[in-house]
Amino acid sequence: MGRLNVDLCGIELDNPIIPASGTFGFGYEFAELYDINMLGTFSFKGTTKEPRFGNPTPRIAECSSGMLNAVGLQNPGVDKVINEELPKLKKCFHKKVMANVSGFSVDDYVYTVKKLDNEDMIGWFEINISCPNVHGGGMSFGTDPKSAELVTKAVREATNKPIIIKLSPNVTDIVAIAKACESAGADGISLINTLLGMRINLKTRKPLLANTTGGFSGPAIFPVALRMVYSVAKNVKIPVVGMGGVSTAEDVIEMMLAGASAVEVGAANLVEPFACKNIIEKLPEVMDRYSIKDLKSIIGGAING
Amino acid sequence: MKQVLLTVNTNDKIALNTFEMILSGDVGGIVKPGQFVNIKLDGFYLRRPISVCDKTDDTLTIIYKTVGNGTKEMSKLQPGAVLDVLTGLGNGYNTEISGQNPVLIGGGAGVPPMYLLCKKLLSEGKKPSVILGFNTKDEVFYKDEFESLGVKVFITTADGSFGIKGFVTDALRNIDYSYFYTCGPEPMFRAVAKSVKTAGQYSFEERMGCGFGACMGCSCKTLTGNKRICKDGPVMESEEIIWDD
Repeated sequence: MGRLNVDLCGIELDNPIIPASGTFGFGYEFAELYDINMLGTFSFKGTTKEPRFGNPTPRIAECSSGMLNAVGLQNPGVDKVINEELPKLKKCFHKKVMANVSGFSVDDYVYTVKKLDNEDMIGWFEINISCPNVHGGGMSFGTDPKSAELVTKAVREATNKPIIIKLSPNVTDIVAIAKACESAGADGISLINTLLGMRINLKTRKPLLANTTGGFSGPAIFPVALRMVYSVAKNVKIPVVGMGGVSTAEDVIEMMLAGASAVEVGAANLVEPFACKNIIEKLPEVMDRYSIKDLKSIIGGAING
Repeated sequence: MKQVLLTVNTNDKIALNTFEMILSGDVGGIVKPGQFVNIKLDGFYLRRPISVCDKTDDTLTIIYKTVGNGTKEMSKLQPGAVLDVLTGLGNGYNTEISGQNPVLIGGGAGVPPMYLLCKKLLSEGKKPSVILGFNTKDEVFYKDEFESLGVKVFITTADGSFGIKGFVTDALRNIDYSYFYTCGPEPMFRAVAKSVKTAGQYSFEERMGCGFGACMGCSCKTLTGNKRICKDGPVMESEEIIWDD
């Protein structure tokens, strides 16, 4: 057992580093750069029942210490993911992968999860009830405890694999939603998805994004994410996967002290394609600096009582 | 794709709001004209994707317009500055299907990739002609550089202050060509698409998140399926492009 090992819903990870959905595709762009088997796992591109092109462009806008995206869940649909993406991924990734699933109705989620459930390489489902860039679904399930509970319950009945519910920060009381998911049978909670934001072009006086608004990610949101991870971890008994602006090994340790059992890295992969590799390689040195023997022992270390 | 550190050799203004930067280091990632690099700048979160204008064994030339805060900061970089660069990005132009006398059509910030493309076509024994379009005389650059390659160069300016008055399509009318290659703003593409008599290749521009195919930030629909402009493009063949939107 190494110093970086953690347990996520009953599956041992070599380290807590998980590239976040939507920033890592189905892995192979990064497999050209480094051996992605060094990762704890990764969460693949948000998958829906039907193929989706997503929103019109521009879909990307820069901000201070971060970015907005309004991709809108572009993906080839669950059938192509099973028939084309996963066979390709199997060639370069030999660990359990996290399947990120989105939907526009409870039935959509159940349909997609059931289809993916037979895939041996899928270790966990990450149920995205928090995408800010689609209408009539996505985030709307994650902004109300009752809807979050409905989705969780339905997905719970559709699979025996661990289900991790990915929450939106665009809510008044994220703890209430996390608790609703927990009591409905979730095995874990991941947070935070992106924060709703926008930018306006001063020359054209119009929004920079074709979708008007987008999801804000990057180092700028780290303190907000950390606060929410801390609040949720303090109030639920199931594992919490922390994410939001994580870019360094120090950020990972901070997230774990706030209560994260594992840590997802998102936007950092886009501007620094070796971000996750660099973080994993740097972790032992940073752990030494802060006298941390093994990462498991620090989870929730900053939570009082 | 490769991540490399490149050193700024020169960074000079060559036309209105237009700078030429020569970078040295490991430039082996660029293997085709029409590929681009993605440059990290201090103080900016996203990298800046810039097309490659010229390449030697150990240098790259890029030409960029100071259109925003990032490129404005870039224009202040001094020789000796070291930049974190993702290189070898994009598919680049396919020169195998050009025929003997292709025409190269560059508009404004779309002129630079035409230079390396022109050299490649010449090295393959072809006889390209070149049309470079600008808004006004002060924006004109690389006329002499193209002419010293020994190719016929037509310059157009929208206001008639230099060369042919009008647009690239006004020059295109009087040229015979076997194929076309173009890079420039989309309104120019639409005009070119209506005027050309052969097949050809367009190099597209879009706001990008990563530049290497991971984020789906720059997707577009084509007749051959959804494509990522950064990874499956930026060069698309005329037969696959959907113009209505």
